[in-house]
Amino acid sequence: MNREDFPLLSEDIIYLDNSATSLKPKCVINKMNEYYEKYPANAHRGDYDLSFKVDQEYENTRELVKKFINAKYLEEVVFTSGATESLNMIVNGFFANYLEKDDEVLITTSEHASNVLPWFRLVKKLGIKVKYIPLDDHYYVTLDNVKKMINNKTKVISIAGITNVIGDERPIKEITKLAHDNNIFVVVDGAQMVPHIKVDVKDLDIDFLAFSGHKMCGPTGIGVLYGKKELLEHLEPINLGGGMNESFDNPDEVILKELPTRLEAGTPNIAGVIGLGEAIKYLNNIGLDKIIEQEHKLRKYLIDKLIPIKHIDIINIESDSGIVAFNVDKVFSQDVAYFLNKYNICVRAGNHCAKILKSSVGVTNTVRVSLYFYNTYEEIDNLVMLLSDYEKIVKEMI
Amino acid sequence: MEEETKRAIIMEHYENPLHRVRKDNEDYIKINTNNSSCIDNLDIYIKFNKDIIEDITFEGEACAISISSTSIMINNLINKTKEEALEYIHNFYDMTNGKEYNEELLKEGNAYHDIYKQGNRKNCATLPYRGIEKAILESLK
Ligand SMILES: Cc1ncc(COP(=O)(O)O)c(C=O)c1O
Repeated sequence: MNREDFPLLSEDIIYLDNSATSLKPKCVINKMNEYYEKYPANAHRGDYDLSFKVDQEYENTRELVKKFINAKYLEEVVFTSGATESLNMIVNGFFANYLEKDDEVLITTSEHASNVLPWFRLVKKLGIKVKYIPLDDHYYVTLDNVKKMINNKTKVISIAGITNVIGDERPIKEITKLAHDNNIFVVVDGAQMVPHIKVDVKDLDIDFLAFSGHKMCGPTGIGVLYGKKELLEHLEPINLGGGMNESFDNPDEVILKELPTRLEAGTPNIAGVIGLGEAIKYLNNIGLDKIIEQEHKLRKYLIDKLIPIKHIDIINIESDSGIVAFNVDKVFSQDVAYFLNKYNICVRAGNHCAKILKSSVGVTNTVRVSLYFYNTYEEIDNLVMLLSDYEKIVKEMI
Repeated sequence: MEEETKRAIIMEHYENPLHRVRKDNEDYIKINTNNSSCIDNLDIYIKFNKDIIEDITFEGEACAISISSTSIMINNLINKTKEEALEYIHNFYDMTNGKEYNEELLKEGNAYHDIYKQGNRKNCATLPYRGIEKAILESLK
């Protein structure tokens, strides 16, 4: 659906790498151009009409994000360069000051590197412990398994809402309830969740949420850090500089601005913020319910066609989003991707930045198809036709 | 070299790579070589006897192009002097960059003659060469 909105889709190309980044609709591209062409001034700076217009557009996106994730206050929405930066700010700006030696952080083996490495640094720096919530037979997180891992040293649970490897959705609401009953904070990596399903931070009672614009039809280089206001107040800015201070006469008298400006030092990615606002409007117009429904239909169609193919080993028969991970018998995943590329089909091969997953799934690399609402049954037919011919794959992979 | 011959050489060395074994003894130097843009990741083990490359082996996970290229490279470098090996390596780079090179010297390495036309796959073919070159240059220091 909505294929006509995406300039790339008029080309002869089948794009199935949406978990890496989504395509951008024309309206988002136009909106960013509008900024660069019509009011390319700085934000929060000038006392003239152009700059005022920038401020309006910029803050309008904040309002759109607030509504999109149902945050309570506008100040809880901070613009960052993406999920990675948001997660690093959460870990280094908040938890580095809060955690102590031997405190425990629970993650899983299917987390993205950006939700693992910042914690690993605190292991080295503070002597905290990172522990892994075991995954069940389908690589899912169950509440029981979370319960088993909690003890009086557990201070944080930091997990993806939906993973980028398997596409499984975690029971976030149940987890936050359990966590808060035990005085544990919950960080949700929403990079793969926010683009696909309705995330209501109040209802889910999430303490911190991180996500990126580029996976939800928005531009690259822009993302969001959400935090409950009372927690964000204690998040120490990593970046200091222009725009975020009130005064700095000497090192003892530095006064910083209020939230969220305090956490947005320097000239922000203004075009990115404005583009993100347009992307949110675009997704709202289609409706997230429709988006996930379409993804599920497409995925089921693909899975049903892949299952009978003997030389294909599907890693995640079950999944809650549009991700299908698989391997072709005795063919390295990268070679499968190269083969498909010869037919203008874009899929991803690799470990999908979740290097530690191999300890649970037993495979290091997979081919990953990730669908979004604008993919079609015909595209899937094309993919399946190619994948079903083993000899062709082996012949043409080099 | 005919297209079909090239294919056959690559497939043969991919399906039955030579020297694919891990070496833990101390005579061997281990070097890791990987492609930042993809998932090829190989460990190469190399044993020098003064100026001569006495043995090379490898292990790891990589695509058909990388694995076969490693197998062929090793076959052609064992028993060469370091200088001869560097010459081979540089000829291979020249070939993969679409430049003039000594065809006779490369033997089965010629199977990757057209790889430069496939942008990203050039890095797969040269992956083992970059590793071994580094090891040789280090040993000459
Ligand atoms: C689950 C998950 N978390 C975090 C990220 C990081 O997002 P970004 O690279 O936009 O910062 C990704 C992106 O691939 C992801 O899939």
